[in-house]
Amino acid sequence: MDMNQYLSMFIDESNDHLQSLNENMMGLEASPDDLSIVQVIFRSAHTLKGMAATMGFEDLASLTHQMENVLDLVRNGKLVMQEFIFDTLFKSLDALEAMVQDITAGGEGKADVSSIVASLQAIVRGEVPSAAGDAPSAAAPIEAETPALLDQFQFSVLEQSIQEGNQVLFIEVSLRKDCQLRAVRAYMVFELLERYGEVVKTFPPVQDIEQEKFDYSFSLYYITQKTAEEMQALIMGVSEIDKVTSLALDVESLSQLGQAAVAATAEAPATEPKRGDTPAPQATPAAAPKEEAKKAPAKSGGAPSRTIRVDIDRLDVLMNLLSELLIDRVRLEQLASDIQSTELTETVEHMSRVSGDLQDIVMKLRMVPVDTVFNRFPRMIRDLAKSLDKKVDLIITGAETELDRTVVDEIGDPLVHLLRNALDHGVESVSDRIAAGKSETGTIHLRAFHSGNHVFIEIQDDGAGISREKVLKSAIKKGIVTAEQAAAMTDNEAHQLLFAAGFSTAEVISDISGRGVGLDVVKAKISSLGGNVTIYSTPGKGTNFSVQLPLTLSIIAAMLIRLGSEKYAIPLSSIVETGIVNRSQIRSVHGAKMVEFRGSHIPVVSLGAIFDVADYDESEEEETEIVVIRKGDKLAALTVQDFIGQNEIVIKNLGKYLPEIQGISGGTILGDGQVALIIDPNAFIK
Amino acid sequence: MAEDIKVIVFKLGTEEYGIEVDKVQTIERLMPITRVPKTYAFIKGVINLRGVVIPVIDLRGRFGLEEAEHTDQTRVIIVVVNEMEVGFIVDSANDVIDLNRESIDTPPEVVGGIKAKYLDGVAKIGEDRLLIMLNLSEVLNKSEIVQLESLEG
Repeated sequence: MDMNQYLSMFIDESNDHLQSLNENMMGLEASPDDLSIVQVIFRSAHTLKGMAATMGFEDLASLTHQMENVLDLVRNGKLVMQEFIFDTLFKSLDALEAMVQDITAGGEGKADVSSIVASLQAIVRGEVPSAAGDAPSAAAPIEAETPALLDQFQFSVLEQSIQEGNQVLFIEVSLRKDCQLRAVRAYMVFELLERYGEVVKTFPPVQDIEQEKFDYSFSLYYITQKTAEEMQALIMGVSEIDKVTSLALDVESLSQLGQAAVAATAEAPATEPKRGDTPAPQATPAAAPKEEAKKAPAKSGGAPSRTIRVDIDRLDVLMNLLSELLIDRVRLEQLASDIQSTELTETVEHMSRVSGDLQDIVMKLRMVPVDTVFNRFPRMIRDLAKSLDKKVDLIITGAETELDRTVVDEIGDPLVHLLRNALDHGVESVSDRIAAGKSETGTIHLRAFHSGNHVFIEIQDDGAGISREKVLKSAIKKGIVTAEQAAAMTDNEAHQLLFAAGFSTAEVISDISGRGVGLDVVKAKISSLGGNVTIYSTPGKGTNFSVQLPLTLSIIAAMLIRLGSEKYAIPLSSIVETGIVNRSQIRSVHGAKMVEFRGSHIPVVSLGAIFDVADYDESEEEETEIVVIRKGDKLAALTVQDFIGQNEIVIKNLGKYLPEIQGISGGTILGDGQVALIIDPNAFIK
Repeated sequence: MAEDIKVIVFKLGTEEYGIEVDKVQTIERLMPITRVPKTYAFIKGVINLRGVVIPVIDLRGRFGLEEAEHTDQTRVIIVVVNEMEVGFIVDSANDVIDLNRESIDTPPEVVGGIKAKYLDGVAKIGEDRLLIMLNLSEVLNKSEIVQLESLEG
């Protein structure tokens, strides 16, 4: 079978699963007792393994398989999660990610993961370093951990059995590693069990066991008249059985399981089910709706959202087709008003509304939540804090804020850099924080929100803030500013120096935020996206990097202006205001034309002259329309002939053939089908 | 045994030129052109070709010929070369012919005042029809344009 057609689907889904694994592992790290999370992780890993095996990526499949073995022990309560296990699992995820990336790049997803595999196998064998006392033994965990989840119905059955004087056992059966027909052995065990009592629930489910979809062990809840010891001996009688543990449950130990089940069905993974927190087992109503109770645990976590994946190129084609449609619409409107037929006019009006709605939808298709970028940060911050030996909480808000896909794709790297910067340079070490009278755990806020036509992404830490002296000293040393200039600088200007090329306050270039790239690269990247980044910092209190981004790269609000017979668009984001000035107000200052604007003189630039417009010359005009534009805190006035009005325009590039033209950043197609050039105001302010 | 190629035939003045058909995207009637300031004189500006902004070149201007008035026959040939989409304004374009590669000769030193390097060769069709095959990558070579400009300047 040709697998190529499934490859992109495989890659997409693998990435989804890896993301979900990462997220859930983080969640589990926060509340290690929550076995419902382990279930979700296990399922994800299992699916990933299956997919990888089907696609023939053996290395990927076998590594996932080893992870599953570990997770299986955890979810069956035979292994307590601890730091070493987390680290190993995270390492495995990284390795898996690298493999998937290799596959994405056309490779075969092969990687040497023998050390990780060795670690995972050691964990399965119970050889966990640094926590010798916690090494899992077969008999211990039942008291310490809930072995697996029961739904309410099963719980009440078991509870009643105990009250009626039956034995309720939790039995764990391990087959010998050299066992050839595992399903058959399992069948023999079940047959034996059925003879003396009733099996209530098995892990993995019976169907999986029958199809040999288990490794070498399975566990089950069992109701019988026999004692735990008797059952253990009986099962050991079956050949090729390595080990059997059988534990008798009483109402109390069962109730712990019950609470876990209730917590899971209520989908409250944040509150960890603790033994004895809630009083009586009767808290679980026996008459709970059975169907829902059974289904709920399986559904909690990871319900797939109803989406399809679309190639961004196809969306671009759709956009182009749509803009053609809009042009035709304008033509039709014109024709309809010429012909003056009521029916035609009505039809055209209806078409206008429909195409307007269509335009909205297509624009929205390109918007994706910043979530897709943000979701990799918690993991990154976790690892980074570890390697820096700092304590930090990353608080993300506004992850649902939507941005154009093209912006979202590009914004990841700058944000990574700023976050690393916040953790490396911003948040202090634990001892420094305590000395400064702060809590030992620092906080980094990552927030996104809409404001007007922009989206803001802020990275705020509660660290030491930026030291003005340190920045200035470093800047002087590197020759970026002179000592005189430095002394005259405001704090804000000093902070902006961080963005100067070749600037770094770090004494030693660290692996974390060094990497040979400075904040200047971040700034350049953000500027290239049409955005801006500002620093607010209070010494001792922390620093806030505020990144301002346009909602979309392809559509902007612009002012259309006329120069003779030509039309141009000026992005609204750079316009301060528009107005009319008298010729006499334009003065010559040192050979340059200036006009007074709000108490200061700003340069006047004649667009007509710069663009050699043939049929427009304002020099004879009494009054001239001006557009005051801004770049940073510098202003300039562009003289134009007329304002046409404000419009949402679709930005198009001018193709690869044309050389870069000073003052022109692209083109757009107007309602009449004509191309209007988009002015790049930055070029007019030096 | 050389294979046949399909060639779009267009005219500049009295000369007939050819472009291989697989380099040509479409042939359009002249449409409104938006002037782009601060470029070479032969770049007439940009057009909207079904939602895509494409620069157009006056091929006469590019070859240093005298520019002609645009007429009913004037066409814009949209070509794609090295991922560049460009429109050529030509006097007329109304023929597609099959050409055997063997019938294309290397270009003579000078043909109609156009530098030989813009030409791939000259094909003889029938008795007295000569078709000048264009070397599109050279026609669209930007580094060469810069050189030309500085020489003229």
